[in-house]
Amino acid sequence: MTAEGKEKIKVIHGAGGKAMDELIGNHVLNTFTNKSAGKIGLDNLDDGATIEGYAGRTLVLTTDSHVVSPLFFPGGDIGRLAVSGTVNDLAVMGADPLALTSSIIVEEGLEMNVLDRIFQSMEETCREAGMPIITGDTKVMERGNIDRIAINTAGVGVADEPVPDSGFSPGDKIIVTGTIGDHGMALIQFREGLTFKTKLKSDTAPLNHLLKIARDAGDVTGMKDPTRGGLAAGLNEMADKSHLGLTIHEGKIPIKDPVMGVSDLIGISPYNVANEGKAIIMASPGTAEDVVGALRDNPLGKDAKIIGEVTEERPGKVILETEVGGRRFLDAPLGDPVPRIC
Amino acid sequence: MKFKFKDKERAKQLIGVIEDYVPDRGIKIVHVCGTHEVTITNNGIRSLLPEGVDIREGPGCPVCVTPTRDLDAAIKLARKGAIIAAFGDMMNVPGTEYSLNDLGPEGAEVKMVYSVSGAVELARKVDSEVVFLGVGFETTAPMTAAVLSEDPPDNFSIIPSNKLIPPAMASLMELPDNNVDGFIAPGHVSTIIGCRPYEPIAEKYGVPIVVGGFEPLDILYSIALIVKGVATENPSVENGYPRAVNYDGNSRSRELIEEVFRVEPGLWRGIGKIRDSGLGLRDEYKQYDALARFDVHPEEGEEVLPNCLCPQVLTARATPDQCGMFGEECTPGHPYGPCMVGDEAMCNIWFKYGGRPQL
Repeated sequence: MTAEGKEKIKVIHGAGGKAMDELIGNHVLNTFTNKSAGKIGLDNLDDGATIEGYAGRTLVLTTDSHVVSPLFFPGGDIGRLAVSGTVNDLAVMGADPLALTSSIIVEEGLEMNVLDRIFQSMEETCREAGMPIITGDTKVMERGNIDRIAINTAGVGVADEPVPDSGFSPGDKIIVTGTIGDHGMALIQFREGLTFKTKLKSDTAPLNHLLKIARDAGDVTGMKDPTRGGLAAGLNEMADKSHLGLTIHEGKIPIKDPVMGVSDLIGISPYNVANEGKAIIMASPGTAEDVVGALRDNPLGKDAKIIGEVTEERPGKVILETEVGGRRFLDAPLGDPVPRIC
Repeated sequence: MKFKFKDKERAKQLIGVIEDYVPDRGIKIVHVCGTHEVTITNNGIRSLLPEGVDIREGPGCPVCVTPTRDLDAAIKLARKGAIIAAFGDMMNVPGTEYSLNDLGPEGAEVKMVYSVSGAVELARKVDSEVVFLGVGFETTAPMTAAVLSEDPPDNFSIIPSNKLIPPAMASLMELPDNNVDGFIAPGHVSTIIGCRPYEPIAEKYGVPIVVGGFEPLDILYSIALIVKGVATENPSVENGYPRAVNYDGNSRSRELIEEVFRVEPGLWRGIGKIRDSGLGLRDEYKQYDALARFDVHPEEGEEVLPNCLCPQVLTARATPDQCGMFGEECTPGHPYGPCMVGDEAMCNIWFKYGGRPQL
């Protein structure tokens, strides 16, 4: 579909919410016609795509561009984010990552030592994930034509059986691998200069090892990394694609006190902001406790918890049972309320 | 500490009281504060209440009631080269033709600030004129008054658009089809004005008024007091938020408002003119009135958009889901009416917290 009139791209179009869905639905998916090379392609809008028949296994391919302001923030930086984001997209597809690419666009005038620090951080994160960067590209733009740096990483992984974000059944348990809202709220706290006793830290981390542990510990039926739009966007996407209902219990969702503090102060829900080192995992009721137990043995999964269950009630919707006992829909946010954080 | 105000057992006790006293004919309670609406919808409070208890939001969203006249004035000034400093919530509000957000691509400068002090700081840093769009209720007025009384920079001025809540509550009672049985009075506004300004309303119209806090249990407590007040025919004013609100309010803040502003008729978007509900600048402070300074005289614009149910929503006569445009042609991304814009706007809150908070 070609846009008529004066419609312009706004920040919210890239924010991972409903506005972005409209952009992708109306302008991307409607334009391109050749959109898959295997079972999961562009139309599935999953975290990655698959190409079957790789020595009897399935190749999983994904790509992600990263812009963040500031470049360095408590708990991470754009380099760590760029590696983790792509590794995690592969990991939630049930794939073991094989290799990454790195493509950077830099603004004229960026200090070389800033670039070096970013590369060093990418190197360290790759080492954590056990991932090589095997090819790359560098472009420099004239001053003012881009804000300092943008990094695109693509990743390829391999899976015996890819885990789509909709393959679960009623009765399956909903697990989160740790506390929710850390990345988004840390960036808000840092940007706004809000000071508390506790400094919030982003949770940016590669999850491939952790999610392999989860897959090995039980019957994992769906996974998603709740980045832009947060837990609310992630769960809604899963509910929407599976045509099942998801019920979650507010009192069970792990949230750090200072995250809740910043959230109350500025009126942005922790469910609506990005996580960069957490995953939503669906597991069969019989193995969910085993999955949580295995996750908790790993430092990245120490706060893992069952937060709800898949139901047949209200297909496509997420229902939140609040702490005082009320019930309401938890809808996907229209966009990430905090632009340019991942 | 963390869950003190969300305790399920205490909530059950309060709901028990509400059930005991709710009259068979049902009861309609109106609150006048966007933050109350957030607590109510975010916590699914409506789903906890017995049938017949209808909780509505009245004209408690400063963004929604800011008339297009003031918005159009800001847009005009921005095009004349002034930097407009406004609260984030105001950016997306549709004026007669444009919103402040639409000006970005034109090159006009619109800056988001968190308070009037942010706007003054901005004025100190730049040479251009900085105009603060001074919206809000009794809560933001003292800040603006304080800034103006402390000799702000010469390139700073405001579009005075502050409004007063008690006259709006009284005007609601004058509507023939309102059926309001009681009010939850706004906690933040009441920290400034105290509880006394509500007494004449409770007396004249025979409705209980309870100043409410912002935790789920605060709201349930306020509702319980109102339901009991209605059932026992005791329309008194009570302070249900004593940990923040003094019955007599904050006299220093009121003095500041008094010094800088004078009470005049207020223009409320979707409602119209309400007597004694607006704050204009006193003559001694007229030099900070941006409209006078730049000789801008915007006309009263299109306050009510065709097919928009905002006027009914703002006067507690309709709920957002009764509007044909809600969630379809009107969303926070593409707001049609002002009630869809900003964190305190009822349609926005209903959209954000699930569209049907009575689930």
